Amino acid sequence: MRRRVLPGFGLSLGYTLTYLSLIVLLPLAALAWTASGIGIEGLIRLLSGPRTLSALRLSLGGALVAASINVVIGLLVGWVLVRYRFPGRRLFDALVDLPFALPTAVAGIALTTLYAPNGWLGSWLEPLGIKVAYTPLGVLVAMVFVGFPFVVRTLQPVLASLERDVEEAAESLGARRWQTFFRVILPILAPTLLTGFALALARAAGEYGSVIFIASNIPMRSEIAPLLIVQKLEQFDYAGAAALGVAMLLLSFLLLVMVALLQRWSHRWAESGA
Amino acid sequence: MSAHVPSRSPGWPRRLVHGVLITLALVFLVCFLVLPLLTVFVEAFRQGVAPYLASIRQPEAWSAIRLTLLVAVIAVPLNVVFGVAAAWAMTRFQFRGKALLGALIDLPFSVSPVISGLIYVLLFGTKGWFGPWLDAHGIKIIYAVPGLVLVTIFITLPFVARELIPLMQTQGSEEEEAARVLGAGGWQTFFRVTLPNIRWALLSGVLLCNARAMGEFGAVSAVSGHIRGLTTTMPLEVEMRYNEYDYVGAFAVASLLALLALLTLAVKTLLEWRYGDEIASHAPGGH
Repeated sequence: MRRRVLPGFGLSLGYTLTYLSLIVLLPLAALAWTASGIGIEGLIRLLSGPRTLSALRLSLGGALVAASINVVIGLLVGWVLVRYRFPGRRLFDALVDLPFALPTAVAGIALTTLYAPNGWLGSWLEPLGIKVAYTPLGVLVAMVFVGFPFVVRTLQPVLASLERDVEEAAESLGARRWQTFFRVILPILAPTLLTGFALALARAAGEYGSVIFIASNIPMRSEIAPLLIVQKLEQFDYAGAAALGVAMLLLSFLLLVMVALLQRWSHRWAESGA
Repeated sequence: MSAHVPSRSPGWPRRLVHGVLITLALVFLVCFLVLPLLTVFVEAFRQGVAPYLASIRQPEAWSAIRLTLLVAVIAVPLNVVFGVAAAWAMTRFQFRGKALLGALIDLPFSVSPVISGLIYVLLFGTKGWFGPWLDAHGIKIIYAVPGLVLVTIFITLPFVARELIPLMQTQGSEEEEAARVLGAGGWQTFFRVTLPNIRWALLSGVLLCNARAMGEFGAVSAVSGHIRGLTTTMPLEVEMRYNEYDYVGAFAVASLLALLALLTLAVKTLLEWRYGDEIASHAPGGH
């Protein structure tokens, strides 16, 4: 091995490890330890409670649907921003990061006001019989909002570097535009879209601030899992809160593993050319 | 574009498709991003400028602003030092377990904000690991300012490191090695060679870290206890006012946070336009 020319290995790595141990590992160890206190039986009893089940279903199911919507909208917006030139393009491009920068509580009250029955969008949707604010649909809207930048931002560099020759070759061979898109471009983009999907999914599954205002948190209907954790903490039920926290982490980890497997399969799909 | 490349001079059906796609994307961006942003300011000024200013001048608003600044002033510099140290270790040396370390640095991004608050309550809360000991010594961490600072450090830990690691990886260490060979000391090499090379990426990381530190809601709400004037940061003040039906007051404080977000976005965008090459392309941030 090459002799180290640069100094500071011990100092920088030592500091990094100490800091990570104190800030990240120690608290996570407390989570695992406290959660294990209620035992397997207690965990099953907790997770099979109808209120917990319904909250987990809304948080994870909602996140799956929201991430899927984000893939479609993110593909559209990313495509338009990279491929087409129109006035205000750079402004809109900068605006894509807004959900990252805007504090979730601010997004939450703004979305609620916007989609309330007397809000700008809510008053349009109300006559159509679509209620968004204070329903599970509102939870979905907030989840799509917070996850929106992930797909666009992972997609943009890949779209920009996509070789036009592939498309041009397909077209010169007589492929129609939509055929080129679905048979050539989409398979190439699939792994990237799945990365964006996974990021948006993880974000939406744990989302709290932007959801609780628009959800109105009706038990069994529009109550999300992180809210149950907060409620258990307020009742000093540490073991219950920790167990629910571990369950949430494990379930979202499981979903992400499934996405990773899907991604591996889609790589093969891209290579074999559909 | 030259006319002999057929795909570059679209005919009218294709132009129509372009137009439809652009319109759809813009309608979505306006409804989903522009309208919520506008809502914040319209609602804040709904009853005019005087009530807006009055609700910002209330003492609770001031103490929330001061607390938010205090938390950020402690958490951000700590994470900057950590980010630089971690990036130096990760990109300048080879060692076992590097991938694991990288995953560990990113971990706070994949943990729900509420769980981030929860884990600190489990450590320092009344019934937590260190709770009885802290009680006996009269130290309060949860439902007090130290708890807010700790969870904010946790939540914003990856930002600076994440911005620096890919950049310092691409830059390599030739320049620093040359400085060393020419007789520069370790710190001299860092301040004279490394820091100028990474300054714009560092600034970008600091901005994102700060925006998140000031705007965090879920994690701080789990450890704050919502004590008015003592443990309510600006986002928590927004929540409390909103739940008390003081909409103008809630949106007034929210408008300050929205301005911070807009400012962060503007500076970040300018940095990317101006120094795009000096800020390596990076993966999007987490929570």
